[in-house]
Amino acid sequence: MSNKVQKDSKVKVVADTPGKTKYILRLFVTGILPNSVRAIKNINTICNKYLKGRYELEIIDIYQQPSLAITEELIAVPVLIKKFPLPEEKMLGDLSNTEEVLKGLSIF
Amino acid sequence: MKQIKVNKSKIKKFKFLKTLTGIQGLDEITGGGIPKHRPTLLLGNSGSGKTIMAMEFLVNGIGMFDEPAVFMAFEEKKDELVMNLKSLGFSLEEYIANNKIYIEQVLLDKNEIRETGMYDLEGLFVRLEQAIYKVKAKRVVLDSLDTLFSGFDNNILRSEFTRLLSWLKKMEVTAIITSEIGDPFLTRMGIEEYVADCVITLDNRVTNQIATRRLRIVKYRGSIHGNNEYPFIIDENGISVYPIISEGVQQESSSKRISSGIDSLDEMLGKKGFYEGSSILISGTAGTGKTSLATSFAFDVCKTKKHCLFCAFEEAPNQIIRNMGSIGLNLDPLIKSGILTFYYSRPTLQNLELHFLAIKKIINQIKPTVVILDPITNLMTEGPNSDIRSMLTRFVDFLKTQQITVMFTAAITVGSIERNPSDEGISSMVDTWIMVQDIEVDEERTRSLCVMKSRGMVHSNEVRNFLISGKGIILKPMDRKDKIVTPSESRRRIKEHQNLATSKDSFGLKESAR
Repeated sequence: MSNKVQKDSKVKVVADTPGKTKYILRLFVTGILPNSVRAIKNINTICNKYLKGRYELEIIDIYQQPSLAITEELIAVPVLIKKFPLPEEKMLGDLSNTEEVLKGLSIF
Repeated sequence: MKQIKVNKSKIKKFKFLKTLTGIQGLDEITGGGIPKHRPTLLLGNSGSGKTIMAMEFLVNGIGMFDEPAVFMAFEEKKDELVMNLKSLGFSLEEYIANNKIYIEQVLLDKNEIRETGMYDLEGLFVRLEQAIYKVKAKRVVLDSLDTLFSGFDNNILRSEFTRLLSWLKKMEVTAIITSEIGDPFLTRMGIEEYVADCVITLDNRVTNQIATRRLRIVKYRGSIHGNNEYPFIIDENGISVYPIISEGVQQESSSKRISSGIDSLDEMLGKKGFYEGSSILISGTAGTGKTSLATSFAFDVCKTKKHCLFCAFEEAPNQIIRNMGSIGLNLDPLIKSGILTFYYSRPTLQNLELHFLAIKKIINQIKPTVVILDPITNLMTEGPNSDIRSMLTRFVDFLKTQQITVMFTAAITVGSIERNPSDEGISSMVDTWIMVQDIEVDEERTRSLCVMKSRGMVHSNEVRNFLISGKGIILKPMDRKDKIVTPSESRRRIKEHQNLATSKDSFGLKESAR
């Protein structure tokens, strides 16, 4: 049993090592509403600081693509979705709580 | 009526814009529906009929007024919703296929979401807007708010909810938003009722093991509305709010007369009988011949080829037919020719509203001239007296607008006439009140009949002997000119006078007390 746990934690460590995994992020915003503007600013800051050079960020304005609001089951916005690495994670809000965002992105 | 006149002189042609719901009765109470292009809150406990009422509002909008609709479901799944409403006679599939209604199911899964700061409900707005444009909706329902609130931070949602309401106004849609009822505020969140223009509450209460649904308009900005609690029912045809309050306002009063079926009784009633479209009460103790009187009236009406509806709450129709055969009233052929219709139901079977609604349905079908309820006292057991009284009043109003003559019988217990509240309640609302009594003298019981009141006609104040024989009912003057006066005979007469005096006294008191 103890062997197995160790093995698993090793795998996790490898996956979380900076510079190895590429992040695919999607941020859903609504035009230039204050919360959306803040969210864009915050995610850019976080990405530059923690994920420099290894992230792909797509910012989607649901005013422009309203059908995505249905497919992604959005009610409250802004929402940041971490598509990769798995598991997929949804983060709601303007991303001002950096600690929560990093937890959601699995970056410690 | 006066108030309306005043308004007219002040503001010419001002009309508060309303949207008809198409729900039977609700439009009457609200004076033309819910506020147009404004949101209405529909509150109620679970199982009170919120979703159905909201959905009927939409379906009626499509079917009756050609106004497309959007239904945002936070609670039920789309297919389940379609299925559930099918059982109520709403075929949503067709409307969905024709782009008349758009049902959007909104999944709320709070657990998967991590909150990282400020947010708003713009996503909901975007989806709503898209849905509204898709079908060019004029009506919108959000069902229900609680599910939405449970998913998010309440502080954010409160301001967002206010924003949603003003946004809905801007979109020029008439909206219904449902929510659970809360305590001490009307809604659980305690704010919505202040920001909405119209608030309606639904309730499903159980009294004496019989559940009654009720509806009340708590507030309605800019409009006069009925503020009572109104019973409503949900059946296979959807929702009917009952009674309809507009009834009875503009009833015509006929001066035509209708025979009671007993010549001597007609004679007591100004020689012509009852007024057409009036209400008649026959009250008396058990075994005094109330049903016989009522049946002979029905029999006479049917003989003139006019329809009659006999609502029996005590005896089964077959029993009535057999019993009435014994006094020379052969009802069988009348039933077979369809001129006499029986409605028979056990009072405990359903609540009063359902009884009256069932009767009302038959009335609309067969259009009778006379309706007989025998006896209403049996219905009295099914709920508080005040309920029944108001229900009966409105039922009588309904019948009066249709120019239908109605006859009730009421069973009262011996010696407790003035103590019986049921009788008291009804006697003030009827036009003609006939009292049948047993007078016990020595070893003999004599039936007597008197007309307690009869509005708008000269009526006899005589107490008559009331005889039921194999040939029917005969009324005879009380025999007072006995040639031989035996001691017992004189005793009998004294007692008789006493009895009559006391019974008259008690009624006199009752009338003056009111």
